[in-house]
Amino acid sequence: MKFAAPSRSRPRNSPSSATLPPPPLAGEGWGGGKLPTATDTGLATTASEAPVLTIAGVGKRFASGLQALGGVDLTVRRGEFVSLLGPSGCGKSTLLRIVAGLSQPSTGNCALHLDTAPGQRVASGRVGFVFQDATLMPWSTVLNNVLLPFRIARHLGAAERERAAAALRSVSLAGFENAYPHQLSGGMRMRVSIARALVTEPDLLLLDEPFAALDEITRLALNDDLLRLWETRRPTVLFVTHSVFESVYLSTRIAVMAARPGRIVADLPVDLPHPRERAIRTAPDYVAACEQVSAALGAAMPQGATR
Amino acid sequence: MSRATRHRLLRIALPIVIGVLFLGAWEAIVRIEGIAPYILPAPSAVAVSLWTDGPSLFGSLLVTLRITLAALAAAALVGGGLALLFARSRVLELSLFPYAVILQVTPIVAIAPLIIIWVRQPFLALLVCAWIVAFFPIVSNTTVGLNSADRNLLALMRLYGATPGQVLRYVRLPTALPYFLAGLRISGGLALIGAVVAEFVAGTGGAETGLAFRILESGYRLAIPRLFAALFLLSVTGIAIYLVLDALSRRVLRNWHESVSAEEEE
Repeated sequence: MKFAAPSRSRPRNSPSSATLPPPPLAGEGWGGGKLPTATDTGLATTASEAPVLTIAGVGKRFASGLQALGGVDLTVRRGEFVSLLGPSGCGKSTLLRIVAGLSQPSTGNCALHLDTAPGQRVASGRVGFVFQDATLMPWSTVLNNVLLPFRIARHLGAAERERAAAALRSVSLAGFENAYPHQLSGGMRMRVSIARALVTEPDLLLLDEPFAALDEITRLALNDDLLRLWETRRPTVLFVTHSVFESVYLSTRIAVMAARPGRIVADLPVDLPHPRERAIRTAPDYVAACEQVSAALGAAMPQGATR
Repeated sequence: MSRATRHRLLRIALPIVIGVLFLGAWEAIVRIEGIAPYILPAPSAVAVSLWTDGPSLFGSLLVTLRITLAALAAAALVGGGLALLFARSRVLELSLFPYAVILQVTPIVAIAPLIIIWVRQPFLALLVCAWIVAFFPIVSNTTVGLNSADRNLLALMRLYGATPGQVLRYVRLPTALPYFLAGLRISGGLALIGAVVAEFVAGTGGAETGLAFRILESGYRLAIPRLFAALFLLSVTGIAIYLVLDALSRRVLRNWHESVSAEEEE
């Protein structure tokens, strides 16, 4: 699979990124199972990586006067999996939209450090976005949905078709290229959405509560799949969720947010080794980490909150 | 027999049974009571008239049909085009849409004489009348469709740096297609009504006469069976237009529109 190769081999802005080990090429994606390389590229290396995203003092006040975000600072480094965890209405989705360039901050600055030329900030697939619902074009086949970013960039050839096929293989959807979205289950639709976000090999993958609308069983399966995907390809991920267990299971770092105004109140590393298996959910370390995150989240909730 | 097949069979069989019962009762009442054919002709008399006057009625039907289809095509083109302009420019929509509504709510019977005076060419005058009746559902439906694209999908297009033309082509037009086709189905029937009403007012479509004029003429001459035969042809035409447009929209939307696919999965 030549999927991850091109963007990784590009020259970087920062010399430190040269220390990044080449991404392990797992045969056919998520189902790949054990990946020996993943264990020795744990948290220690990501801390020294070049930042992909720097958020400095970002605030957002809506036209209605609502202060959605008040001074958020966050740096995401290459290869990190950072969760934004917080109660409903704490502005985590707003923050994600600002990062994607879909919304402008009222104050502060949000900078992406990408390989693309300046001024071409988010265009041409350097950032992938997965919404809470799959957001597919119902009139297009699975393959055409995944090819959309290339169509928009007017750059669609045999190589791009191969990359789309590879992206679909990596989310275990090989053979569904010509299916229409309404023929798929909710979980499969979400996989298509993830494949579409990955197909351009983005420098930053943004996920906005992608599994919130799915049933528990599908959600657990997709958690595992996303974890495998990250362990094999090491994309830089910013993941919005309101599930403590999900964030601890998936992340290398968790930014806990509080509401009114939305701000980051705790920045907790998750020191659980990779690869993580489902069994880790009963391990003492995992449980302890969940308790720590829950405590931070509890402290972030307003006193006497009845919601 | 599965439930679905039985349901489909009943859906066809029940209306036919009702129709046959109705026609039988009609025939029986006319015969038993001895009602004169110039007051209420028996279905059999209508059938005979349909057979003997068939060729001349059919020629008139073609005239009416030509006006109807031309008006429908013009309505689809102008209606679709206006909707595209409206989607492109909010100012244009705000300034022009009220006038589309005014055209729609003005009874065609009231303005048809004016149009016939202004537009000298009879075929064109009738075409304009039928078009006025037919174009509104297409404009309004398509405008709604173009504006109801999935917001997240639009955000995604922005994220990937799509041009307005690409947004239109990849998201807005496909979203609007089912709305446009639904408008077209409504407009098909309206175009026929418009063509008939206009001809009633005009008296004649010039050298060629449409079905509406046949109905008027038959009324004057008390050739009531022929009047009924013409009415019958009009209804059949209306139903045929609807069925053709319905089949067209099913065919176009077969693969992806949820309302269609869900029905087929029943």
